Amino acid sequence: MNSFEPKVIGFLCNWCSYAGADLAGVSRFQYSPNIRIIRVMCSTRISPNLVLEVFKSGADGVIVGGCHIGDCHYITGNYYTDKRMKLTKELVVLAGIEPERLALEWISASEGEKFAKVVTEFVDRIRNLGPMPTKNDQKLMKRLEAAAEASKLFRLRLLSGKELRLTGKGNVYGEVIETERMDGILDSAVNDEYDRSLILGLTKDDALSVKELASEIGRSSEATLAHVATLRARNLLSVCAIDGFTPRYKAIRLGGA
Amino acid sequence: MKEDTRIGVFVCHCGTNIGGFVDVPSVVEYARTLPGVVYATDSLYTCAEDGLASIRGAIKEHHLNRVIVASCTPRTHAPLFQGVCEEAGLNKYLFTFVNIREHCSWVHMKEGPKATEKAKDLVRMGVARAQLLEPKEEARIEVEPKALVIGGGISGMVAATSLANHGFPVYLVEKEADLGGFVRNLNNLYLGGKDATEMLKPIVDKVTSNRNIIKCLKSKVAGVDGFIGNYQITLDVNGEEVKDKVGVIVLATGADEYVPEGLFGYDLYENVVTLTEFEILCKTKALPKIGSIAFIQCVGSRGHVKSYCSRICCNVAIKNALNIAENYQNILGKDENGAIVEKVGLDMKAPEEIAERRRRRRGRREREEGEEEAGSAPPPEGIEITIFNRDIMSYGLEHELNYNKAREKHVRFVRYSLATPPKVYVENNKLVVDYWHDTLKLQRKMNVDMVVLSTPLVSPPGAGEISKLLKVPLGQDGFFLEAHVKLRPVDFATDGIFVCGTAKGPADITESVFQAQAAASRAAIPLARGYVQAEALTAIVNADICTGCGTCIEVCPYGALRKNVDGVAEVIVAACKGCGCCGATCPEGAIDLSHYTDSQLLAEAKAALQEAIQ
Repeated sequence: MNSFEPKVIGFLCNWCSYAGADLAGVSRFQYSPNIRIIRVMCSTRISPNLVLEVFKSGADGVIVGGCHIGDCHYITGNYYTDKRMKLTKELVVLAGIEPERLALEWISASEGEKFAKVVTEFVDRIRNLGPMPTKNDQKLMKRLEAAAEASKLFRLRLLSGKELRLTGKGNVYGEVIETERMDGILDSAVNDEYDRSLILGLTKDDALSVKELASEIGRSSEATLAHVATLRARNLLSVCAIDGFTPRYKAIRLGGA
Repeated sequence: MKEDTRIGVFVCHCGTNIGGFVDVPSVVEYARTLPGVVYATDSLYTCAEDGLASIRGAIKEHHLNRVIVASCTPRTHAPLFQGVCEEAGLNKYLFTFVNIREHCSWVHMKEGPKATEKAKDLVRMGVARAQLLEPKEEARIEVEPKALVIGGGISGMVAATSLANHGFPVYLVEKEADLGGFVRNLNNLYLGGKDATEMLKPIVDKVTSNRNIIKCLKSKVAGVDGFIGNYQITLDVNGEEVKDKVGVIVLATGADEYVPEGLFGYDLYENVVTLTEFEILCKTKALPKIGSIAFIQCVGSRGHVKSYCSRICCNVAIKNALNIAENYQNILGKDENGAIVEKVGLDMKAPEEIAERRRRRRGRREREEGEEEAGSAPPPEGIEITIFNRDIMSYGLEHELNYNKAREKHVRFVRYSLATPPKVYVENNKLVVDYWHDTLKLQRKMNVDMVVLSTPLVSPPGAGEISKLLKVPLGQDGFFLEAHVKLRPVDFATDGIFVCGTAKGPADITESVFQAQAAASRAAIPLARGYVQAEALTAIVNADICTGCGTCIEVCPYGALRKNVDGVAEVIVAACKGCGCCGATCPEGAIDLSHYTDSQLLAEAKAALQEAIQ
């Protein structure tokens, strides 16, 4: 295990975290050479899907670095980053991956030392966790793929985009939704959409019954059936064979691909 | 890709800064093996003239259409190398910076081989990114050489005059029938003690006589649309509608005084007034005869109703105390006991001493109260002035001297805490201030003829409306919020709109004039240049996918998105700053960020993960 060297991707915002990393360099603060930094203008640019895609590509860990809350160069960007990473973490957990593999850090341009410390600690943590489990586990990979698919869906992106407004200013009628209630709405949406994406992923190549699907996704048959019904209504899933009295479902391929 | 990518990689030794830790020749060797790389070289200092010349030469000789420099940080050196690319005829957006100094050689000094591996990885990531880059044109936006200044107070007048003196026509919009704003209420001004009307007159005259200033009194802004250089404004000038186009807007809408309803008997007793009402009384020479007066500071501010310190009230109260003291001389020697009491309070040290002093003080208190009762009518020679305060904030060079002067004139400063504020009520037909003396640890009472409440400046009720109209933010206290508290204090995050004076928080005249001149000079930059260059880092909407849900419009902090006639989102290139928030939010994934597209970022990440570190 000691020979394992994690591969960590760092998405850093140009104005704070990237500058903080520059300062770490200027001040010669030494840290683990396992991080590969990608510069973005603002951490708000990092969508949950991008992070999950990076995990799919085999990253052992991802650090997203932004300005401290209130200091964002783009005024409100990092408030959204915060919400987006919360959503990403939920999906990562659902996919059965250790949430510690994703870190959101606020590092200012003057916190070179903090940057070095954050990277070294993060790399050590990942080293202890071991390599990304999806590399040798097809089942987990399917789950991660489902999470990545779910993160692209209109419902989740809309909810996470509107979360700040709904809990702050309120909806078009001026009704403010309490944070707890919003969290509940998001939670159930994330769970549902993840399950549905997983069902679609599992039935891509194999025709499966509700019972089989339920045991694969780890939900009750009733819940699974409800998802299957929703997916059929969305025209994403169809019955491809009937085995005795048991219908078997297969995902409908879109775009003829 | 229409043509083959021909990438040139220039790896810098930076003296020994990189070369001392990273095996630069091997990085160059490695770069040559990467797809699309047709040329790779190293130089001792790429940023020196010979390094730059080698980039210029290689672009021409090897027909490079992508350039990668692996050296220091783009935050300092990108403009230099981009400039060189442009000189050689290569679009600057086809340049890629790879940071192998700050992010590699300097932070892995003891791990040479690993640092070299990392440098190779970083170059590989750069190559992956460069493959996907596209040339971009920066939009040039013409600027209408006119300005709009909202608010005809000190700040607005100074800003308008300053812009008009640069030669630009300026609309000056004032809601009242006269120019001057809040200062018109004031009697005299601290620091110099000049009469407020006298100070205001030359400024108003300058505005009135300036031909470049279009004065719109009894007017308001009815509509604003557009972006820097091209703001379509609609003014309501005394009932008439005026439409025009301006390049920049300066916001100087000022502040109001907080009305302390329900506090310290303000609604109950005539002789309880606010600081500004007191100024008006002095100015109109309508001040009733007073023998004793109390100022109560921080009424409604510093955690009372508002959270902030209003900054000016301490100095104004001290100024007014001095006004009174100097009009009624011989206040000296009037209340010796009071002075001694405060002195004792100052050098309390050990508990025994405190106990001893308390004993002595109790003796004095009896005498003192007797005196007070006997002399409830003020001593003929002077007026008793008390300033109840939570802290005296006489900041800066001269205010402290005024404070000392006030103490010399026997103005009493009595501290109170938010937990035990003084009470104001009427007893035996006399106004009474009943207070806890924190130094003496005693509940005391004093008769006064007048109570002046120092209330904070607050954002005027119209601020919300203007904030919506101009799409500029208000802070949590309702004042306008600048782009950066330290580095961009008079800019809004929205380009082309500036803020000055008390609209952005309590300020005195000196500070308002500073801000107004600063805002005017910032606003004059685009006006004088005649155009603004919009960086080509903007959001791009795929109109085929967009469903027009409007979520991007909600999250954009710059108002840089709008719905076009087809009902789909459209980016206002001039206003977009390229943060990418809309892109990550768009529920349909219809928005990407140019130069930092999803595919570019993912390609970079994939390249990083391609080969094992080791």
